[in-house]
Amino acid sequence: MNTTADASGSTRNAQPRVGLFVTCLVDIIRPSVGFAAVKLLEDAGCKVVVPSQTCCGQPAYNAGDRATAKRLARQAIDAFEDCDYVVAPSGSCGGMLIKHYPDLFAGEPELAERAERFAGKAHELISFLVDVMGVKKVAARYDGTVAYHDSCAGLRELGVKAQPRRLLAGVEGLTLVELKDAETCCGFGGLFATKYGELSNAIVARKADDIRGAKPDIVLAGDLGCLMNMAGKLSRAGSPVKARHVAEILAGMADGPAIGEGKPEAAR
Amino acid sequence: MSVVATSARFKENAHEALTDARLQGALAFAGNFVARRAAAVARLPEFEALRDSARAIKDHTLAHLDLYLEAYERQVRASGGQVHYAQDADEARRIIIDLCKSMEAKSVTKGKSMIAEEIGLNEALEAAGIEPVETDLGEYIIQLRGEGPSHIIAPAIHLTAKDVEREFRKAHHGLPTDRSLAEPEQLLAEARQILRAKFLAADVGVTGANFLVAETGTSIIVTNEGNGDLTQILPEAHIVIASIEKIVPTLEDAAQLLRVLPRSATGQDASVYTTLSTGPRRPGDPDGPRAYHVVILDNGRSNMLGGEFQPMLRCIRCGACMNHCPVYQAVGGHAYGWVYPGPMGAVLTPSLIGVTEGGQLPNASTFCGRCEEVCPVRIPLPGMMRHWREREFERRLSPAPMRYGLGFWAFFAARPALYRLATDLAARAMRLAGRGRGRFSWLPFAGGWTRYRDLAAPEGATFQRQWRARSGPVR
Repeated sequence: MNTTADASGSTRNAQPRVGLFVTCLVDIIRPSVGFAAVKLLEDAGCKVVVPSQTCCGQPAYNAGDRATAKRLARQAIDAFEDCDYVVAPSGSCGGMLIKHYPDLFAGEPELAERAERFAGKAHELISFLVDVMGVKKVAARYDGTVAYHDSCAGLRELGVKAQPRRLLAGVEGLTLVELKDAETCCGFGGLFATKYGELSNAIVARKADDIRGAKPDIVLAGDLGCLMNMAGKLSRAGSPVKARHVAEILAGMADGPAIGEGKPEAAR
Repeated sequence: MSVVATSARFKENAHEALTDARLQGALAFAGNFVARRAAAVARLPEFEALRDSARAIKDHTLAHLDLYLEAYERQVRASGGQVHYAQDADEARRIIIDLCKSMEAKSVTKGKSMIAEEIGLNEALEAAGIEPVETDLGEYIIQLRGEGPSHIIAPAIHLTAKDVEREFRKAHHGLPTDRSLAEPEQLLAEARQILRAKFLAADVGVTGANFLVAETGTSIIVTNEGNGDLTQILPEAHIVIASIEKIVPTLEDAAQLLRVLPRSATGQDASVYTTLSTGPRRPGDPDGPRAYHVVILDNGRSNMLGGEFQPMLRCIRCGACMNHCPVYQAVGGHAYGWVYPGPMGAVLTPSLIGVTEGGQLPNASTFCGRCEEVCPVRIPLPGMMRHWREREFERRLSPAPMRYGLGFWAFFAARPALYRLATDLAARAMRLAGRGRGRFSWLPFAGGWTRYRDLAAPEGATFQRQWRARSGPVR
């Protein structure tokens, strides 16, 4: 690898090879978040690759199906073998790769060591941009008021809190408002949201109240699961507040329909 | 098991709680603990280090629990007291009833004790013709209502002041109708007046224990009302009821744990009363009980030693996990269906009454992790809940639709090429089904979601499909 100076003046290995772990939800429901992530990573000087991938295994892991979780973890570790970094636009999937993969293989030294090495190069997108790539400001503009919801796994497993706020502060025209009880869960919880639908609804109803109370145009978060939960509750409740992944705003790619919104024109 | 468990019906219990307007009103005002804890922690820079030290003290004690239990017993005997071991709830009840009968007790005052709840002591005393009198205000209120606590440190948190006034007016005959009971202080004064006579009449006082100190044979309780002191000093006999994991080696260890307990619980730097009791009244003591007994309960806990649930035995019963839990905040404590609610209850309940009965509880969590974040002894509560889910999965106790759904998903997820094809087809089909609205207000197999929320429709082709079209074939 050669070495260059970036815009902020610091020096590091140029063009790290970053494998985008796009996550199931972004892959299937909202690919535009994946492209926003690619843009942010490329703007930060990364070479982005997308190895063939499926699911990190978290749904199985959290449902108690450890064997399936391990199989999918080994598959992911293999797929990203030749990447310098693995970056996911999700704190939840990121937490799985970083915190839980090593736990999965406890007692199997060889696999555990591979999982540790994988975990060491895996990152959540926004914290990777700020903490690893040293990004201080993104070239984006958004004229409006946004609230940022701290998704639980990103916040508590990975310490993602200041990084998105720092980058949002640099977006031209953007006003950031804080939510009441910002660190309280939105009630998504993966399969929990359907298995305990009524309870999940009660929790997201409070979150929706807090979002409306802060009066943003858009609520942002770093996890599509939480965002789909909040967007679904806000639209069902008739609220005009939209929901987007924070990467969309930071990449300046917030022109398309928000989460759960229709497209004006027909299918592509 | 002594208290009838409805934990297996958690979903139904939660439904009742969520549709109970009175309860929801009370829960909405129960959120003060979070801010108070945060303020207390902010005032103490070494709080995180204290948590490490608290965890280390408990881990060390659990690793040598037999030695410390024996040492504790020796010290209690040396100070003139007696120690009784109870394998289960039944034995604990029998020991206490026999002690009360041997002293011809007619009335027993009680300090707040979750172990007394766990063994169903009040019902047993009543059945034996002995009057149990709860002296903690919250416990007194729920005793009047004939229900269990909904929180381990704030047993009546599911009630408003108005609810309490109603109970008092119903139960306290001769209470003038024009006397105001609108303020919490007035409610406390009213309860105190009733309880004063009961304190003086009691033959036996039963308290729990926050800590049992092996070094000195001392039991320690923390209270805010001082009722514990009157309960254990005034009657002829004091019976302490505590579970095996309440042991700590030294007074210094107890002092360390006391620095994190009230801060985590109520946000107080210290509780109003921290009461130490060591043995019965000695010659020359101005007061104190003439007999001192300690009943140490196992009730399934020793089975947790050495296993994956041992860290749960570090718990010091502060309640911070439930105070910060979105599920607890939404449904309150009774929905959990047994004695211990919230995240600590979700882990402990299946250990104590079995996974068949208690297995719903560790599933009813979003794994948001806030419980672990605030736990003063750093119990990995979500991880422990996941362990229960793994046991259920192994024993095929998890619901069949979830197992089959996961199996279906895993089949594709383990075959990347097939996965890419299938997800792309599914995403495009669902986009069409969404008819340009971008969301579904109803979907089959997703009723648990769409009954309450819209579900975002896929944008179209999957990311991996679009990426391949843009950048050439996926490797």
